[in-house]
Amino acid sequence: MRPSVGQHCKQVLNRSKGGAGMRYSGFRVIAEALTGHKGWKPVWRDPAPQAEYDYIVVGGGGHGLATAYYLAKEFRQARIAVLEKGYLGGGSVGRNTTIIRSNYILDGNEPFYEFSLKLWEGLEQDFNYNAMVSQRGILNLIHTDAQRDAFVRRGNAMMLNGADATLLDREQIRAMYPWLNFDNARFPIKGGLAQKRGGTVRHDAVAWGYARGADLRGVDLIQNCEVTGMRIENGRIKGVETTRGYIGAKKVGVAVAGSSSRVMAHAGMRLPMESHVLQAFVSEGLKPLIDGVMTFGAGHFYVSQSDKGGLVFGGDIDGYNSYAQRGNLPVIEDVAEGGMALMPAIGRARLLRTWGGIMDMSMDGSPIIDRTHVEGLYFNGGWCYGGFKATPASGWCFAHLMAKDEPHKTATAYRFDRFLKGLMIDEKGQGAQPNLH
Amino acid sequence: MIINHPILGPRDSQEFVYLGDASLMTRPDGMTAGIEEFHDWLYNRDNPAGLHRELWYHEQGDRSWLVVTRNTVTHEITSVELARDVARKMGRSK
Ligand SMILES: Cc1cc2nc3c(=O)[nH]c(=O)nc-3n(C[C@H](O)[C@H](O)[C@H](O)COP(=O)(O)OP(=O)(O)OC[C@H]3O[C@@H](n4cnc5c(N)ncnc54)[C@H](O)[C@@H]3O)c2cc1C
Repeated sequence: MRPSVGQHCKQVLNRSKGGAGMRYSGFRVIAEALTGHKGWKPVWRDPAPQAEYDYIVVGGGGHGLATAYYLAKEFRQARIAVLEKGYLGGGSVGRNTTIIRSNYILDGNEPFYEFSLKLWEGLEQDFNYNAMVSQRGILNLIHTDAQRDAFVRRGNAMMLNGADATLLDREQIRAMYPWLNFDNARFPIKGGLAQKRGGTVRHDAVAWGYARGADLRGVDLIQNCEVTGMRIENGRIKGVETTRGYIGAKKVGVAVAGSSSRVMAHAGMRLPMESHVLQAFVSEGLKPLIDGVMTFGAGHFYVSQSDKGGLVFGGDIDGYNSYAQRGNLPVIEDVAEGGMALMPAIGRARLLRTWGGIMDMSMDGSPIIDRTHVEGLYFNGGWCYGGFKATPASGWCFAHLMAKDEPHKTATAYRFDRFLKGLMIDEKGQGAQPNLH
Repeated sequence: MIINHPILGPRDSQEFVYLGDASLMTRPDGMTAGIEEFHDWLYNRDNPAGLHRELWYHEQGDRSWLVVTRNTVTHEITSVELARDVARKMGRSK
């Protein structure tokens, strides 16, 4: 479906409205600095919903916004709206610890995550927005011989899929981070697997960049608009009921992450998913200590340092179903213990903030990007605690599925029926136990 | 969270292991149920925002299984029963 001339004119019109159409550049920053920053405009419009769209994407998180962006930009579709219950980027896309990587082992996953990492590498140029993509490297520490074997295998699987992986020994890690606790009696550091192309990205800016890019291409970003029902006739989607009235649509794609079960219940579906809370932590600002991302291999603790100097760290999910967006103390204690075991130097650093976000934990720890039994209704979810890194590829593959009605080649395994057919993608080999993935 | 154990009184939830939705107690009959029914039981969940009946195992205590009714939005626990009693009420021997 190509946009009609009328639709095209509308898009061009939209582009010239307000702040839309303004490109960012170094020159622009200097010019604005010299003229008192009076030229900046709102980055996207705030449109009222129209009666009908060709495409409705439910959820204005990273995945929903990326989907709308690629639908418009790569797949040349028009009459697209994103419906967001709160404000754009207020969900997990603005709550995560910002780590990107493609260090998976299984065939169903690794090509997808490597596709995502490649998209991250070109993203800022692509959507002309500074998302602070920083390929500062990720290091997974090894503490036992068996763990080394497992990481060697993982590294090989990564390289077979075109990703980079480097096995480091103890002395190489000592040269990087001499202050780590190398001789912990129970968990000595024996080495590590590094992915140098991994790193961090400014999470909010990802939502904003995609939002602006989509808005520029005529996508209506509609906030404070909760989907409360679905109109389905003769097995086909007709539109959605929302807090801002009924909105018709030819195709509806749901990308609401932690709220997946609630929204898909409107289509009578029960999902292979539980919602769980994951917490994150930030310390007071410290002098530069860690220039990459590091994970402890003997407990639940991972850490990086923000540009402002705060240590950004996290650990395990709390472990019980939750929609609360806040966690409890036992996990805070567990994460702090993990941190102290690995890097005793942080013992006196004060914790500034903690918060939580809701994870759509699937039954095998891997996501779903698929059609549903309702014609014209598509689903994207099950991202567990690792969906931020997936944002570009998830948006791309979901847009591909919605526009062409066939899955993108890196996302063919992300089907609903994989549980029925025994084709699980279970990186950890834990079985149907979401809180263990 | 504090779980008010029917026999042992208030206990820290850290002493327990969480399994999931209490519907896992009603496994379909392997002799009569089809694969779809088993699939639905094993993999699909209601996953409600609100009251949730769920299984907790008192691993660091008396090793009993409990059915806890808890609000997944507020984390408030409104009732705690021994899973054994719940099973008996459903007509099972244990
Ligand atoms: C503490 C924490 C740390 C994490 N760390 C990492 C990490 O380091 N690396 C990584 O890769 N991943 C990480 N994640 C996971 C990652 O953040 C998520 O998997 C990802 O953000 C989910 O996709 P999203 O951005 O689309 O979700 P969200 O931003 O949650 O978007 C979903 C949107 O849907 C909206 N919505 C819900 N219901 C409705 C409705 N009925 N109608 C309309 N809109 C609705 C919500 O308001 C929300 O804005 C972390 C998550 C948390 C909480």
